[in-house]
This record gives sequence, C-alpha cells and structure tokens, in this order.
Amino acid sequence: MCLAVPAQVVAVDLATETATVALGEVRKDVSLALVDDVGVDDFVLIHVGFALNRISPAEAERTLELMDAAGIVAEDNV
Amino acid sequence: MKYVDEFRQRGLAAKLAAAIAEESDAAREYRLMEFCGGHTHAIFRYGIQDLMPANLTFVHGPGCPVCVLPMGRIDSAIKLAVEDDVILCIYGDLLRVPGSGRTSLMKIKASGGDVRMVYSTSDALAIARDNPGRQVVFFAIGFETTTPATAVAIRQAEAESLENFSVFCNHVLTPAAIQNILDSPEVREIGTVRIDGFFGPSHVSSVIGSRPYEFFAEEYQKPVVIAGFEPLDVMHSALMLVRQINEGRHEVENEYTRVVTRDGNLKAQRLVAEVFELRREFEWRGLGRVPYSALRIKPAYAAFDAERRFVVPDRAAKDVKGCECPAILRGAAKPTDCRLFGTVCTPDNPMGSCMVSSEGACAAYYSYGRFRQSGTATEAAA
Repeated sequence: MCLAVPAQVVAVDLATETATVALGEVRKDVSLALVDDVGVDDFVLIHVGFALNRISPAEAERTLELMDAAGIVAEDNV
Repeated sequence: MKYVDEFRQRGLAAKLAAAIAEESDAAREYRLMEFCGGHTHAIFRYGIQDLMPANLTFVHGPGCPVCVLPMGRIDSAIKLAVEDDVILCIYGDLLRVPGSGRTSLMKIKASGGDVRMVYSTSDALAIARDNPGRQVVFFAIGFETTTPATAVAIRQAEAESLENFSVFCNHVLTPAAIQNILDSPEVREIGTVRIDGFFGPSHVSSVIGSRPYEFFAEEYQKPVVIAGFEPLDVMHSALMLVRQINEGRHEVENEYTRVVTRDGNLKAQRLVAEVFELRREFEWRGLGRVPYSALRIKPAYAAFDAERRFVVPDRAAKDVKGCECPAILRGAAKPTDCRLFGTVCTPDNPMGSCMVSSEGACAAYYSYGRFRQSGTATEAAA
C-alpha cells in the first residue's frame, strides 16, 4: 500500500498541476498537488497517481557512499 | 531503473552483510521490528534474513493497511455496495479481503455489485463525473502515505460541487500503532515479545518526517532508523541499528535521506489537516481499539463523508476461527505458527488479511519463505 516508485519528470503542465513521468518505457500522468517546484528531469516518488516527494540525487549518492564505506571497514577488520 | 537498481546491487549487499557480521556482538540478540509490510516483503523477497547473523532476527509489525482493517469495515463497504447500490471505488488491495460469512468485495462484484478498482482518487472522481445519476463512494484506506491523495480528492469534489461523490474514510496513523505495540503487555512483560529497535517507515515518513519518532526513541529508549524499501536500504539500516544497540544509543536516525526529511512534506500535511481530524478511537485488527489512531472527515467537509451520507453500521465482526492474524500483526506470532497457514489459507484462497495483501507477513512467508517452514534452513544457517 505504501509502496511508491521513482520516476523522472518529462513534462509539467502547471495549469492542471500535473506532470508526465517516465517509468522506464512507460509514460504516466500524475498529480503535482502534493509537491512544489517540480521541474522537468527531476526524479519524484509516485504513489497512487500522485508525486509524493522529490528524490535528492546528492543524498542518494551519499547513501551509496556510506554503504560502500561500511563494507570497507568490515574488510579491513577481517 | 534509476534509484532502484543502485539499491539492489549484489556487491554492496555483500559488503553490508560482512559489516553486520563483523560489528554484531555474538553475545547479544538483536530483535528488530520492521513496522512496514513493505520492509517485510523486501526482507523475504531478497532473502535478507539469510544474509544476517543468526542472532539478528526480524519481528514483523502491523504496517499493512489492508491487514489491520477490521472485518466490520469490509462488511460496511459491502453494505454500501449491495443495499445502497452505490458505485464503490476501491484500491485493488481490498478486492479479496475476507468479510463476514466468507464473502469479499470480489464476490460482491461477481454477483452484480458495482465495485470498481481504481489506481488513484482522481479515477474515482472521474467515475463520479461520468455517472451523475449514481452515488459514488471511494473506500479510502491507507497510512499517512495515502491519506494526502484522499484529501486532494475531497477538496476537488468540493471545488466542482460533485454532489454524488463521498469517501468512506479508514485512514490510520502510524505513530499511534507503534505506541500501542510498545505499550502492549507482550512487549512490556519481559520475555514474550522483545524488540530492541525499529525500522521506521519509508514513505509514511516521507510525508510526516522523522520528527514524530523522536518521542518513541526517547520515551521507550528504543533506537529507530528510518529505512528505504530497497534491499540495500534495509541492510544498511540493520547495520545502523546494530551500531546504536552496541553503543547503548536510542536515537532516530534517517537512512532514507534521499526522500525523508525531519519535517516531511509540509504541503501534504497541511492538506490532510485541512480535511481530516482525529477519531477518538478506531478498531485495528490485532491491536483492538487504539485511541486517536485514525482520521475522519472534518464537519466542514461532511457533505463528502459516506458515513454521514449513508447509514454505515459499526459492527464488530469475528475473524475466522483459528486465524492468527491478530497475534501476527502484533509481532507475537509468526505466520508459520498459524494452523491455517499454507493449508486452508493461501494467497489464492485467503482466510485472513495477512495472506491477502501483498504486504502481509503471511503472503511474504508463503511467496518467498515456505522452505523455512520445516525449520531446517534456519538450523542449517545457525
């Protein structure tokens, strides 16, 4: 129920507060009623036809680095 | 897909597994509750339990809206579809949930009831626009993730004066349920259910933020790590919980920073506060009547409240005899402890809600973990 999928915005229609997003090859129109300042190329999280949040590319990168670093510490200790 | 594939990488999973094995203390038990059904499924689908040391176990929580919906509410929805002859719009998850007397909304639909599956509240609004002569009721369920979409629909219906549209509201609140578990006799009385830390919800938290969990971490001295739903997120969060437990800390940490902030989505929160207010109490399957744990539609939007527009009985309904869903939802029993599991109760013919929903613990065990039933896999791993 709470599952949501990341998708990239390919077009924004400010008049209707909707965006077209791409999920791989699939295009879908979603509502922007719950988010502000979403632009083309942004990644958003889609849940029941609504963009719920923007995804931060910088934070995603940082999390992956932290995961990688956790493993290095373990390897050093083994 | 971006932001999915990176968080399923095999190499990083191996590194995280090694780190957890290295940093966990063999003399301790780590019992970590994942509140969300989404996490339960990630754990089973990707075999995460097998990558953990034997002294780290996952305790499954009640975070599956379909699972915790009491049977009486399904009966009420069936009454709306049959006796009031409405077009009942539902999310697909609800279609096969058993009501009283072995019925379900799918069986009602098969016997001529106008039950329609929708993907979004905007689909339900479109059905109301297209059928001005019929009453259209949207059966709203879900945690804080799903509630804002219902709020938007109610405001849209008001803006359009869509008089044939109303909402049967069953939205529930995560913090109230976590508190209920922490206050339950099974957790308070030492030895029955022990929980050393929590995986915080992914997308509920994207709406409400990480702040609401600070109370639990402080008051109950339990560490909380807000975790994304991808397998690497779950493993990374398990490592963060292990570290907190080892160091005697009990803080709210956020692993899912690419989406979750401390304040959450303020726009969504404002919309929900505009349309909904707290119910004094609400019945949860497994947890009983939980105070201030659900939302109802504010009087200002009463015209769109199906519980005011129609007579909706508030009847308690008995679960199927032998079904252990209530104990499973509290983390007090495992699906394999249930006599019905995998015999009379399967995803094709579910007896209890935890087998129906794709997020339910029973469905996870059945789909991905049946080999554990004998216990041999666990023993071999140990």
